[in-house]
Amino acid sequence: MPRTLTINGQEVSAGNEQTILEAARDANIRIPTLCHLDGLTDVGACRMCLVEVVGSNKLLPACTTRVQEGMEVHTDTERLRAYRRQIIELLFAERNHVCAVCVANGHCELQNLGIAVGMDHVRYDYLFPRLGVDLSHERFGMDHNRCILCTRCVRACDQLEGAHTIDVLGRGARSLIVRDMNIPWGESTTCTSCGKCVMACPTGALFKQGSTVAEMVHDVEKLAFLRAARERKVWNV
Amino acid sequence: MAQRIVIDPVTRIEGHAKISIYLDEAGEVSDARFHVVEFRGFEKFCEGRPLGEMAGITARVCGICPVSHLLASAKAGDDIFAVTIPPAAEKLRRLMNLGQIVQSHALSFFHLSSPDLLLGYDSDPAQRNLFGLIAHHPDFARGGIRLRQFGQEVIELLGGRKIHPAWAVPGGVREPLTPENRDYLRGRLPEAFTTVKSALDFFKAYADSRAEEVAHFGNFPTLFMGLVSKDGGQWEHYDGYLRIVDSEGRVLVDQFDPRRYAEIIGEAVEPWSYLKSPYYKPLGYPEGAYRVGPLARLNICSGTGTPQADAELAEFRQRGNAHGVVISSFMYHYARLIEILAALERISILLDDPDILSARVRASGGINRLHGVGVSEAPRGTLFHDYLVDESGMIRRVNLIIATGQNNIAMNRTVKQIAQHWIQGATAGIPEGLLNRVEAGIRAFDPCLSCSTHAIGHMPMVVTLIGSNGAVLAEVRRE
Repeated sequence: MPRTLTINGQEVSAGNEQTILEAARDANIRIPTLCHLDGLTDVGACRMCLVEVVGSNKLLPACTTRVQEGMEVHTDTERLRAYRRQIIELLFAERNHVCAVCVANGHCELQNLGIAVGMDHVRYDYLFPRLGVDLSHERFGMDHNRCILCTRCVRACDQLEGAHTIDVLGRGARSLIVRDMNIPWGESTTCTSCGKCVMACPTGALFKQGSTVAEMVHDVEKLAFLRAARERKVWNV
Repeated sequence: MAQRIVIDPVTRIEGHAKISIYLDEAGEVSDARFHVVEFRGFEKFCEGRPLGEMAGITARVCGICPVSHLLASAKAGDDIFAVTIPPAAEKLRRLMNLGQIVQSHALSFFHLSSPDLLLGYDSDPAQRNLFGLIAHHPDFARGGIRLRQFGQEVIELLGGRKIHPAWAVPGGVREPLTPENRDYLRGRLPEAFTTVKSALDFFKAYADSRAEEVAHFGNFPTLFMGLVSKDGGQWEHYDGYLRIVDSEGRVLVDQFDPRRYAEIIGEAVEPWSYLKSPYYKPLGYPEGAYRVGPLARLNICSGTGTPQADAELAEFRQRGNAHGVVISSFMYHYARLIEILAALERISILLDDPDILSARVRASGGINRLHGVGVSEAPRGTLFHDYLVDESGMIRRVNLIIATGQNNIAMNRTVKQIAQHWIQGATAGIPEGLLNRVEAGIRAFDPCLSCSTHAIGHMPMVVTLIGSNGAVLAEVRRE
C-alpha cells in the first residue's frame, strides 16, 4: 500500500518498502550521498544523506530510513547543509587527498561533493596519516591515502561478485580496507580480479594500474545494471 | 668598516631568493652570494607513489615550465616501460615543448626583463615592470603578451589546459591534435614571427650600444652543456646526446647518452643555499662550472636546423669571442629570442607534417626496467628525471637535476662580477638602480627557483650589505 509523505513541503507518494532516499529520487529531489551505490545494500555510514523528520529529535539517514505515512521530511535545511560541509571537510582532513595529482581528479564523488557543499577550505587540521599504496595486484592498485572507508568495494565484492575478498580491519578513522586476512592484494587467493570494487570506488583509492592523473573513470553504472539484470532474470541460464 | 648589502627579495624572477654582497674595510666588494631560500622536497615525497602519477606530480614543480617536467617524467616512464613511443606521439611532445619554449622565453624577455632594457635600470621601480611597459611601449608589450599567449595556446590545444596538462604519459601522449586546432595554430604563426623578429632587431641594437652590461653581466669563461641532435649535433630540445663545450669552442664531451649523466655530473651543496651546484666531474668543483639554457644550447650546437634561426645564429656568433663562443650571460636574452624564432620555425614544420594528426599516440607497457632516466631541454636548460621503481612500479628513489641549479655557480659569479663593477667604495646609501643591475644579472639567467629547489611561489628579493664584522649595514627588500 502506497504511503504519502511530504519532502520539503512537496507531497510525495512512495511504496511502503521504499526509503526516504528512493522516494526523494522518484520525486526528483536530490539528496547527496557517498556510501550509497545503486545496486548495493545501504549501510548509512557516511551520513551525507541525513535528513530532518518532523517529530524526531535526531537526524535520520535517508538511505536506510523507510518512508512512513504522513512523514514530514526536510532534506535541505541550513543545519543539514552545515553538517554536510563538515562531513566532507572531515573526510578531507582524515587522509591525504591531493585532487590536483589524483588519478580520479575530475571523476571523483568526494571532489564533486566538496564543490557541491561549497567547501572553499578545510577548517580542521589535517591528520596526514602515513598510509600505504598496494600495487601488488597485476591490474589494480589501492591507495589508502584516498580511501574514505565508505565500504562500497566491500559490498560490491560480497554482494555482486560473491567473493568477499575485501573487508574492513580495525576501528574508527584507523580502519583499513584489507584483502583476505590483510595480505597484499596480489597474493589474495579469493580475488577473482573482476574489478567490481574498482568500479564501485567513489574516489581514486581504487584504480587501474598505470592510471595517470585524472584518467581513472569509475563505471559505477555497470554495477546497478548487473544487479538489476540479475533480479529481473534477463539472462536465461 | 666592512659591510654586507642584502637584496631581499630578488624581483621579477620565478621563485624566492636573496643576494648578499660583502664589502671589505675599504668598501670594495669582496664576495657576493645568490641564496635560494625555498625548499620543497619533491624527491622525497614522490617515494612510494605509482609511476603513472609521476608526470602529474612532478609537473607541479613549476607553473611556468610544467611541460618540461611532464616530458622528462614521461620519458623516464618510457624508459621504464622500455617502449618506443609512436612517431606521432614524439612529434606531438616536441610540438608542446616548442610551445613551452616560446611562452617561457617570451615571459622572461618581455614581461620580466624588458622593463630594465626599455625603461632603464635606474628608472622608478614602481614603473619598472610590465605595467610601466604597457604605459610607455604599448605595442611592444602587447606583442610580447600575445607571443606568450601563442605558446600557451599550443600547450592548451594539445593538453586541454595551459598549466599542468596531464597529457604526456609513459608510452606517449593521451590525446592527438585535431585538424581544427592545427589550423588555428597555423593562423597564429605570422604574428608571432613578426613579434620575435622586431624584438631581435631591438635587442641587437641595444646590446651593441651597451658594452658595459655585456662586459660585466656574467662575462667569464665556463663550460656549456646541453642536448644536441643525435644526427649532426644540431640544436635540440627534446631528445639527443649531451655535448659539453668550453669557452674556446673545444668539445669536451660529445655523443654522450644523457642517461649516463651521473658519470660526468656531480652535485655540490653549499650551506647558504637550498640550491645544489652541479659541476662537470672531471674538472671538479667549482672549476667544473657549466652553464645551460639558451646561451649554452646556441654555443654547443652545429646549427639550429632552420633557415631564419640559422641566419640569426651566424650573427650571434659574430658577437662572441674569437672562437665564436658567446660567454656573456647578458646574451642569454639574445639567445632566448633566437630560440623563439627557431621554435616558431619548427612549430610551422611540425604543423605541416601529415603525421601530426595521427590518432596512434600511446604505446602500452608495463614495468620492464627498474631504472629510468628522462632528459629533455627545458626553456632554462637540461632537465633530468631519474627514477628507481620496484617490480610493481612503485617509486623507490627520485633524482631531479633542474636547469636553474646547473647555472648556480655561474649565477653566483655573475652577482659578484656586477657588484664589483658597479658597487665600489659603497656606503649604506647605494642607489637602488645599482642593486637592480645585480638583480638583472640574475634575471638574465631566467632562473626558476621553484623548480630548482623542487619549491613554491613568486620571488621577492633582498639585497644585504654586510660589514667585515658581520653586521648588516643596509638592506633593500622588495615584495
